[in-house]
Amino acid sequence: MDAILLQILNGLDKGSAYALIALGLTLIFGTLGVVNFAHGALFMIGAFCAVTLQKVLTLSTISIDPEKKDFLGQPLKVETPYVHNWFGEATGSSIIEWSVPLAILFAIPVMMAVGYAMERGLIRHFYNRPHADQILVTFGLAIVLQEIVKYFFGANPIQTPAPDTVSGSIDIGLMFGFAENAIIYPIWRLVYFAFAFAIIGAVFAFLRFTTFGMVIRAGMSDRETVGLLGINIDKRFTFMFGIAAAVAGLAGVMYGPINPPNYHMGMDFLVLSFVVVVVGGMGSLPGAVLAGFLLGILESIASTAWATTMIPGINQIIIYLVAIIVLLTRPRGLMGRKGVMEE
Amino acid sequence: MSSFTPNRRSLLKGGVALGAGVAAPTIFTGQSWAASHAYTNAPQGGSVTLGFNVPQTGPYADEGADELLAQQLAVEHLNGMGDGGCLNTFSSKALKGNGILGKKVEFVTGDTQTKSDAARASAKSMIEKDGAIMINGGSSSGVAVAVQGLCQEAGVIFMAGLTHANDTTGKDRKANGFRHFFNAYMSAAALAPVLEAELGADRRAYHLTADYNWGWTQEESIVASTQAMGWETVNTVKTPLASTDFSSYITPVLNSGADVLVLNHYGGNMVNSLSNAIQFDLLNKQVNGKDFKIVVPLYSELMAAGAGENIKGVLGSMNYNWQLDNEGSKQFVKSFGEKYGKPPSNSAQTCYAQVLLYADACERAGTFNPCGVVAALEGFEFDGLGNGKTLYRADDHQCFKDVLVVRGAQNPTTAYDTLEIVNVTPAEQVTYAPNNPLFGGDEASLGTCNPGA
Amino acid sequence: MLRLTKKDISLLVVVIVLTMLAPFLLNPFPSDSGLAQFNAGYPDLMQKFVIFGIFAIGFNILFGLTGYLSFGHAAFLGVGSYAAVWMYKLVSYNVLPAVVLAVIVAGLFSVLIGYVSLRRSGIYFSILTLAFAQMSFALAYSVLSNPSFNLTNGETGLQVYANDPQIFHGDHLPNFPHLFGLSMGSTYKMAAGAWEFQFNVAYYFCAIFMILAFYLSMRLVRSPFGLILRAVKTNQTRLNYTGLNTRPYTLAAFVISGMYAGLAGGLLAATDPLAGAERMQWTASGEVVLMTILGGVGTLIGPILGAGFIKYLENIFSKINDNVLHQWFSFMPDGIEDLMVMIIHPFVGKGWHLTLGLMFMLVVTFLPGGLVEGGQRIKTWWANRKSSDKAGKPASTPAE
Repeated sequence: MDAILLQILNGLDKGSAYALIALGLTLIFGTLGVVNFAHGALFMIGAFCAVTLQKVLTLSTISIDPEKKDFLGQPLKVETPYVHNWFGEATGSSIIEWSVPLAILFAIPVMMAVGYAMERGLIRHFYNRPHADQILVTFGLAIVLQEIVKYFFGANPIQTPAPDTVSGSIDIGLMFGFAENAIIYPIWRLVYFAFAFAIIGAVFAFLRFTTFGMVIRAGMSDRETVGLLGINIDKRFTFMFGIAAAVAGLAGVMYGPINPPNYHMGMDFLVLSFVVVVVGGMGSLPGAVLAGFLLGILESIASTAWATTMIPGINQIIIYLVAIIVLLTRPRGLMGRKGVMEE
Repeated sequence: MSSFTPNRRSLLKGGVALGAGVAAPTIFTGQSWAASHAYTNAPQGGSVTLGFNVPQTGPYADEGADELLAQQLAVEHLNGMGDGGCLNTFSSKALKGNGILGKKVEFVTGDTQTKSDAARASAKSMIEKDGAIMINGGSSSGVAVAVQGLCQEAGVIFMAGLTHANDTTGKDRKANGFRHFFNAYMSAAALAPVLEAELGADRRAYHLTADYNWGWTQEESIVASTQAMGWETVNTVKTPLASTDFSSYITPVLNSGADVLVLNHYGGNMVNSLSNAIQFDLLNKQVNGKDFKIVVPLYSELMAAGAGENIKGVLGSMNYNWQLDNEGSKQFVKSFGEKYGKPPSNSAQTCYAQVLLYADACERAGTFNPCGVVAALEGFEFDGLGNGKTLYRADDHQCFKDVLVVRGAQNPTTAYDTLEIVNVTPAEQVTYAPNNPLFGGDEASLGTCNPGA
Repeated sequence: MLRLTKKDISLLVVVIVLTMLAPFLLNPFPSDSGLAQFNAGYPDLMQKFVIFGIFAIGFNILFGLTGYLSFGHAAFLGVGSYAAVWMYKLVSYNVLPAVVLAVIVAGLFSVLIGYVSLRRSGIYFSILTLAFAQMSFALAYSVLSNPSFNLTNGETGLQVYANDPQIFHGDHLPNFPHLFGLSMGSTYKMAAGAWEFQFNVAYYFCAIFMILAFYLSMRLVRSPFGLILRAVKTNQTRLNYTGLNTRPYTLAAFVISGMYAGLAGGLLAATDPLAGAERMQWTASGEVVLMTILGGVGTLIGPILGAGFIKYLENIFSKINDNVLHQWFSFMPDGIEDLMVMIIHPFVGKGWHLTLGLMFMLVVTFLPGGLVEGGQRIKTWWANRKSSDKAGKPASTPAE
């Protein structure tokens, strides 16, 4: 029982990342009708916002310590971060330690700007082009973004640890009356889940309860009519592209402490997130979120020992198998709309 | 549908003429490249070309970059530039710093992308187009086996880079291929006594294994050697290569009754699985009245850097570490460090040593002919390249040398001493019979050396 | 006689001439010059050009004509390779039966996947094919290579071992894929002054297949069958309303293009007797999509151009290292030499992906019809220039 509960937690956690990326993809797709293969790269850039902030905060002065030797036997160069000099060692260290949460503040404007620049500078010219062209250009863009990050940060993963107070794990089983040590879970993963939940809630609330959101929803279902009403829908859609980029970016920032970011992490998620979007149903935001969590949980459960002994290799193929079953039984995914991307 | 008849005759004639033109020169050469020479890509003129085939894109790009630095350094030393590096400490004195057999050493590079197909394509391009006579480098066993097979067919020498699976010099061993790097069996044999001393003989181990060839051979080796000293293996679980999040594989460990977790992962897989294990606080747990421990049988400096703080106290093994205290090692660290500003990694060291060993074998054989080189390397004993006394065994072209057992340091002072050497396991303890069942048994054979043309 | 129009015949002749003379055409620079780096006339790369050309031609039959975007075509290529290597392992190194088996197995596999996937259209179809291919890849990489049932030999790739049965293999035959004794690896090298041209058996073997494949696709495009496929792309619903069941046609197109992929896979194994699982990965499927779009979707020659373009970048640009750059610019003063090397450095060698990505973006942005459109524009420009030279004629000759 507790084993299954743990796997469900794992699944919710993986699902959070899938859902956040898929949500952004669907937003872009639903508003602008663009298949964005660079969305994984946006997730990656978000994670590297945290890396960059961490690097900036640890910018250091170099002093020579003649007592210690480096690997060549020469006096050791000791690096002291500027923030240590400015705020004292204790405060300085804790600022560096909190670089991931701080990066959220940094990432929102950066990602909005990246999204805006992408839409205005490139994607805009592809609205009336075939989906194949959109795939080619955004895939090219994804490669370019990746390579730029690789050029500056290398190919090796870079640790972006969570602050001490929220790293490590807690025994949440105790709170719900389970035996001690039955359900122990890392705090940051719980934070990630809660964060994803909040972001998803915020996006839905924004679309549901604001006038701006209402116009967007109207535009998604009938762009032409909204345009005829004299509303500049393009401008709003550009803004939504920024929002979608920010959602992917934040998913990336917060993902850093779970798995250290590297330059190709976006590609690892890209194909999976497309599967999620399609299983959820093209153009459906709730569908994308639902499918994200569903596939996350199924993936976790399929990797348990009893699943793999029952069907060897099931953990390798579960997501694709589920995708096939869903698409064959429900032609437009879980909650897809008729006529979207079917031609 | 226009008729094309008027031109048919001329077209046919043309075709016949073309066919005759292609067929006329009958010097088709066996299965290989050059025609009038005794062996493939015999060096012409005053230079000889080596091919450095390393991952330059993909997750192992940094590892490949490090290998390339070492290979360039080796070429420099061979050509008598720089400080001569390990030419000064190498026990064989055949190399004079005037290239190889008096020919200046040049090199070409290629990108393996850590994919068998791409690695073979770039190796072929170096052999077919640039006339490379030896291929060196790589950072995975799949690639090593694939390129080794290609070099055997093409008739050039393959000096493997980082490849740790038993198969490279086991069931897939080839006469034209040589491995300086250690292997999974050696890791297991070196780790076992240290694990027994540090963790006791009464432990229950849980294995997470990357689901492909290298992972399996390593799991097999570690399970065999730990069970021999009394450990129990609770479970062995295969994880998909494409996994990025290992939480669903880590959580079952908690309540399995195991008190040691063995991560048969490499590169990004290892960085993530170790980071995830630390998140679940495994190292702060007490199971069966003992402290929970994690073992990573194969370490590399880049993995250590990627895993950061998480490696503290985690045991593993390495082929080489720059902190190793012998003449060859000190000389190599000095040359490498002064040129590039950082100490060499163990994949860099193995590539450097391989290039020098190849050059030295050519000198001693007096020829670049692969068969001569093979004969010169087989059973060659040497010292002074950093690993101490080493033997290139004739039976399977595997190097036998001391293996390092290392541990993540508790208080590193710089970015480079995050690993500390716990034990140097002598070569005798990690030596095995060439027909060991883990290495293809009696069926495994090198075949005969192929000089190509 | 070939049942082609004049224009098509001239295109076919051009393709034949280009592939037959490729060893010359792709080796324009003398071997010892600095530009020799850009020569592509060595066997392996020429083989890749024509093999991936076949793959892309086949893909275009499905995608270019029907508009169905398969994201899992690499699975058929991989299956073809495995079939061919198994033929080597069990029967003999002769390439002909291996290639035939590769096409048949890939065909059967594509019937299976196509039958299921074609129940959906648009992106749902794409994801279904992707899912099947990714499953094939994952299984080939690990599960199907377990020691008790080793079908694929996993990460290392399926290869021939000395103790394989190879019942028709004899001592007089080369220990390498061969055509009735003529080794695929044989190369005749022709030295002509500063040039060296390489004529490789495997290349010509594959080239003949590519020409046949090209001819076949030409015939297919021009046939009534091709017309129906294009009608499917334009408006499938309307076609259904006319009482025509389109499913058999699309399935036929799917299977044909799957067989092309299988042929390419078999030929890959003919040039190099090793089949790796990563041939089936989504990146490989994506690559053929990119090749086709880059070259020009729906055009006859486009996919071949796209395949050549990507393979050229992959194999030539990745090999340019700093050493080579310094050689190129060694005639310049030191400071400028270093500057030039610094500028070009990020785009070559380990940065070849960056060039690839930029090329994708530039081509698709400025040449919506792919490389073929680029060619047409040059032709138009040339024609306009010529006609404006002739003062009397108006410069408005419509270009084709």
